[in-house]
Amino acid sequence: MKNTLRLSTPTDREVVIARVFDAPCRLVWDAMCMPELLKRWLPGPPGWSMVLCEQDWRVGGAFRYAWRGPDGTEMAMHGVYREVVPPERVVRVESFVFGGQARGEQLATMVLAEQGGRTTLTLTVLFPSKEARDASLAAGMEHGLAEGYDRLDQVFASSARA
Amino acid sequence: MKASDRLDATFAALADPTRRAILARLTNGQLSVSGLCKPFAMSQPAVSKHLRVLERAGLISRGRDAQRRPRRLVGQPLAEATGWLEGYRRFWEGGFRRLDALLDEMKTQQKKGGAPRARRKPR
Repeated sequence: MKNTLRLSTPTDREVVIARVFDAPCRLVWDAMCMPELLKRWLPGPPGWSMVLCEQDWRVGGAFRYAWRGPDGTEMAMHGVYREVVPPERVVRVESFVFGGQARGEQLATMVLAEQGGRTTLTLTVLFPSKEARDASLAAGMEHGLAEGYDRLDQVFASSARA
Repeated sequence: MKASDRLDATFAALADPTRRAILARLTNGQLSVSGLCKPFAMSQPAVSKHLRVLERAGLISRGRDAQRRPRRLVGQPLAEATGWLEGYRRFWEGGFRRLDALLDEMKTQQKKGGAPRARRKPR
């Protein structure tokens, strides 16, 4: 059976991703917290490679990820862990850095729930305000974080020539 | 406003190159009207007219600073118009499919009693 991803925006300030994995909680946890494993699956922008992956999964511990694009541009995400309850819950404050400029902070909560050998992952990202979430969506689109953003790039392409 | 009406308003506002350029500038953060006018060879009233169209379409809003009244981008209508959530979904689904494969490998390793290993290059 194919596990599908559920995506929702339950409030103006949140984005929620939920997905079931055919593996016990402990393995999903390991795949998240061991950098050499995380690097193998964590999505970056298309065509970008992950060049830095450091994380200290302890309360107060820091993490730092960095990606490099085809043209040498770098993008980073860093933050601090607020709650770490192996193997089921982690809360961290994170912010994107692009072009040396840090974006606003967001609170990410990941919960793993195992049932019958399968694990449901729920990731909730909470922004300080609706404006911050919307601005983050727009900034993400500008930088082509996902394939879907390319469509907006096309919308904006003519404005560069105007 | 109905979703389809909202899309109509979004695309009508996006139909003008100056308005798209204004939105593109606002993706870097909020700007005052005079700040927004700078790169354009047009008067402030002309730019203000475009800002009103963008505001009516819900694509921008005014900041709290009463003096400067900076304009800022409102991402949601653009997100709806460009299928942002669909793009976001595909972005994560690609990663999660790689995670599925990794977890299968880890389960196999665990049965053999070995520890999962990192491969040199992800596929």
